[in-house]
Amino acid sequence: MKPWRQLGLAALAVAALSTPVQAADVVIGMRSEPSSIDPYFHNLGPNNAMLGQIFDRLTDWTPGMDKIIGRAAVSWKAINDTTWEYKLRKGIKFHDGSDLTVDDVIFSFERADAYEGGNSSFRTYTKGKTLKKVDDHTLHIITESPYPLMPNDTTTVMIMSSEAKGTGADGKNKGISAKDFNDGTAAVGSGPYKFVEWKKGDRIVLEKFDGYQGPLAQPWDKITFKFIKAEPARVAALLAGDVDMIDNVPTSDIERLKKEPKVSLSSGVSNRVIYLHLDQFRDTSPFVTTKDGKPLDKNPLKDPRVRKAISMMINRDAIVERVMEGVAIPAGQLLPDGFFGRSSKLKTEAYDPKGAKKLLAEAGWGDGFGLTIHGPNDRYVNDAKIAEAIGQMLSAQGIPTKVETMPKNVYFKRASKGAEGGLPEFSFVLVGWGSGTGESSSPLKSLLATHDPAKGMGASNRGRHSDPRVDDLLGQALATVDDDKRGALLAQTTDIAIGENQGIIPLHYQVNTWATRQGLKYNPRADERTVGIDLVPAN
Amino acid sequence: MTVAQENLEIVPRGADDAAKFEGVQTPFRRFLSDFCESKLAVLGFVVIVAITLVAIFAPVLAPTDPYDLATVSVLDGRLGPGEAMMSGVTAHLGTDGAGRDMVSAMIYGLRISLGVGIGSGVIAMLIGISVGLFSAYAGGRIDSVLMRVVDIQLSFPAILVALILLVTLGKGVDKTIIALVFVQWAYYARTIRGTALVERRREYIESAVCLGLSERRIIFRHLLPNCIAPMIVVGTMQVAHAISLEATLSFLGLGMPQTEPSLGRLISNGFEYIMSGKYWISVYPGIALLVTIVSINLVGDRLRDVLNPRLQK
Amino acid sequence: MSVFIIRRLLQAGLVVVVMSFIVFSGVFMVGDPVEILVSDDADQEERERIIQSMGLDKPFIVQYGLFVAKALQGDLGESFVFNEPALLLILDRMPATMELAVVALLIAVVFGIPLGVWAGLRPDSLASKSIMTGSILGFSLPTFWVGIMMILLFAVYLGWLPSTGRGDVQVILGMPISVLSWDGFSHILMPAVNLALFKLSLVIRLARAGTREVMHQDYIKFDRAKGLSDARIILIHVLKNIMIPVVTVLGLEFGGLVAFSVVTETVFAWPGMGKLLIDSIGQLDRPVIVAYLMIIVFLFVFINLIVDILYSLLDPRVRLQDVKA
Repeated sequence: MKPWRQLGLAALAVAALSTPVQAADVVIGMRSEPSSIDPYFHNLGPNNAMLGQIFDRLTDWTPGMDKIIGRAAVSWKAINDTTWEYKLRKGIKFHDGSDLTVDDVIFSFERADAYEGGNSSFRTYTKGKTLKKVDDHTLHIITESPYPLMPNDTTTVMIMSSEAKGTGADGKNKGISAKDFNDGTAAVGSGPYKFVEWKKGDRIVLEKFDGYQGPLAQPWDKITFKFIKAEPARVAALLAGDVDMIDNVPTSDIERLKKEPKVSLSSGVSNRVIYLHLDQFRDTSPFVTTKDGKPLDKNPLKDPRVRKAISMMINRDAIVERVMEGVAIPAGQLLPDGFFGRSSKLKTEAYDPKGAKKLLAEAGWGDGFGLTIHGPNDRYVNDAKIAEAIGQMLSAQGIPTKVETMPKNVYFKRASKGAEGGLPEFSFVLVGWGSGTGESSSPLKSLLATHDPAKGMGASNRGRHSDPRVDDLLGQALATVDDDKRGALLAQTTDIAIGENQGIIPLHYQVNTWATRQGLKYNPRADERTVGIDLVPAN
Repeated sequence: MTVAQENLEIVPRGADDAAKFEGVQTPFRRFLSDFCESKLAVLGFVVIVAITLVAIFAPVLAPTDPYDLATVSVLDGRLGPGEAMMSGVTAHLGTDGAGRDMVSAMIYGLRISLGVGIGSGVIAMLIGISVGLFSAYAGGRIDSVLMRVVDIQLSFPAILVALILLVTLGKGVDKTIIALVFVQWAYYARTIRGTALVERRREYIESAVCLGLSERRIIFRHLLPNCIAPMIVVGTMQVAHAISLEATLSFLGLGMPQTEPSLGRLISNGFEYIMSGKYWISVYPGIALLVTIVSINLVGDRLRDVLNPRLQK
Repeated sequence: MSVFIIRRLLQAGLVVVVMSFIVFSGVFMVGDPVEILVSDDADQEERERIIQSMGLDKPFIVQYGLFVAKALQGDLGESFVFNEPALLLILDRMPATMELAVVALLIAVVFGIPLGVWAGLRPDSLASKSIMTGSILGFSLPTFWVGIMMILLFAVYLGWLPSTGRGDVQVILGMPISVLSWDGFSHILMPAVNLALFKLSLVIRLARAGTREVMHQDYIKFDRAKGLSDARIILIHVLKNIMIPVVTVLGLEFGGLVAFSVVTETVFAWPGMGKLLIDSIGQLDRPVIVAYLMIIVFLFVFINLIVDILYSLLDPRVRLQDVKA
């Protein structure tokens, strides 16, 4: 049959084409596409990862998030309680050849702070800070009260050229629209790679910047990012040789890829903890019932002993082993080993169904009750399966648990404010949290501090855990510049909020996995970012 | 447009031709022997009967209850075919990621797929018949407005309409059925209207009218029975279509919830394991789905040939 | 004639308006785009600001009114996610989808007609029965499942074709085209075949039915009696007769292909409108969802209008009937 012969020829031609043309070019298959090239449009993981290669930041994290390094800045220190001094690296050029000075930094912070029409701004990091130029390479950032997290905050805002679209542009967002960035006109940074093109839904292409000054490596001449959302399609693209690396390797394929000789895997623990929130503010909770599903006039979840018992019923090792295929680490608190502000006292809760039953009986709930666990099904690695596994474990221990999962676009609205009066709708939810600042103050502030929109505390506290001791200690920590003292305060806060109160039930820390073709390796990043500069030839 | 699609419609244009052939054979016998000429169609019919029985008696036949979370355990997850689960039951076709026995999950999944397909088909048929008959009987402006609505509805692809509905409605058996009814009713409505219009002009209806029979009696005793043949053909094809559509929607992440997987949902759950060599999680439900849909379509196809005598030699 | 066209135009306009309301209110009810877009670290004040900047704080009717007012000026709103006009985003993706649909249509016709005619000429041969059973498979196999199997077989197992994406394109008259280069062609082959399967079965069936009907007509018997060769009879009479229903149906089904490309594009990561729709649903990018649906509604209403007008030209009865109603 003729078509078949043609296909055979086609196969030869493809094989010829798919051999690497230039060793210094690389193609990366990614799950998530950035939403803009404008660095202040959307404070979102994929954007921050992609744009960090085009634009410098003052400071940045090492891949393991254990240390902050200088990018546009060479040094920084607090010169008094309310002033931080940054010294800029000399000789940094933008991609258009102009010099990077303090003026560009101030311009960038101003545009970020006043950004209009974006999806999620960087204002959280620019709020309450005044930038003052001392000279072309010295910058003072002044706050009203002592602010320890300054170096962390400056790992977020990217620096663009103030002359990106001519000088003295006025109007909304300094006269530069997101579209100007997306078509490349204004996408002028000073990072190791230059923006070439963005075909939406398909690819972004970056090219090495020869005049780059800074600590980052430039392992490739050209990096192409292809966006392949479907999990098996991404794996298939790697196996077929269409791409050199993929991110977010599905856990179900890890076992097989390990055996594949043409592929090597890199994985690293992330700053994201997967945990359970429990309704601690309603006297009768909508999804807590009797065992046969009738309404219950009391809310057992308000009792810390019940929360602790539920935690003990969860076989974290089984979840990690069977659901996550070994790529996760059982969690006992908010951040994994090596991160700042952890408690050294808290251990991962051991699986102890007997002890759990005893504790339940002590709390007066020896006969059990019914629950429904709600979770997203497209947000975290294997999220729906984790929810199902927890449903199984609690059901088997006398707390019959229904499982309801839904797409994130529906789930988060209901979990945050689905009930009357803008209250959280569910009683028992599965969520995850990645610490943006790299220390435990971020999850403590958002998840465990008393919900108070006016103060910006407890914004994602979907169980409404509330303890004045936690609020007080956290407040102190957030105003302590001295790292050792702050670390101790954060650890103490964690001990109370999780150890004593069981305000949330931590399940595991996510481990992210990248797969590369043989001969390459990826430096796994704790911030879950996929960037070309951390993809390097093996050895 | 109306004309173009009417060409494709299954209207028993030669209903009276069929009458000519009547002799020794009763119409049903004739139909039966015609139908049985195609061995594939007979095979399809047998398979459908078997599948339906399996679906009905799922709780008796399934080795385990895949929906009882207290007995399903992740520790049993992804066992290969023939391995034993912790409870001692052998998983002949393996287990899925959540530790459900595949045999049981497929039996129950079949139940849901068939239930959703047939359930939505029956509801859509009832709505379609009511609208179609009403439209044909009322005639005039009402008829033209109703048929315009039907035309417009039919001019939009089912997948798109169902997609939008499920995006707004969310997941669940009931919601999936609503969406599937919504995309199907118009097919029935137009088919039955076409048939009814043809039948209404026939002598036996006219004589019934002359005899002074009530309208209701005419519709239900005379008009409706004559519309059954095309309804059966459209119905079979639509049920197969609905099952396939439900699977597709589940694949796109809409449709059925994860804890009550239909066959389509099982395939899409297993899809993530397909590259890792755990073929059984998606391949077996895939085969079950294919066998179901192909059988229904084989029967439907034959029915169309048999009930549409113009194509007969 | 003009009365007929005006009536149909008015009806088409009404359909667009009604659909816009249904679509807008449907999409309006789902989820909260802010929760998806906002970063984890954002506080309440930040959330409020985004809600305001997107106009989500206004009541539904006001939002819909604003939408209609803008839509009348050709502006279907700005994407929440990309902050660019939704219409441009979609038009940007349209050529990819259109090319996929056209190639799929060609495949369906080029393979479907000969197979169907063959099956119609020799209805009792084994080949014919295989073709017909095969076409039932084509109807029955869910598109997504076939797509997955194709990727597994041709991209992963055999390594003949690239698994996903679009590949190189040539720009001809401002339209990016894949099929002109080998790289582009190898990328479009699998998705196009995948998308074509359903229509291929349809064409086979139409061609077979048409052929069988024609072959029983007296004039064919007459031609045979005259001693015309089979090839000539097929070319002249059969093809002419079956082309009318095939072309009509395919014209109507083209919109269906565009819509069904949602599934194929998702499986093969083809950067077209359908993939944009699924991505936008995931991110609750309401303006893009609404704009996509409005464009599709427009497309369908347009195709149907053209078909209606053509028919009324060909068959005056349709026109009269409509005016009477």
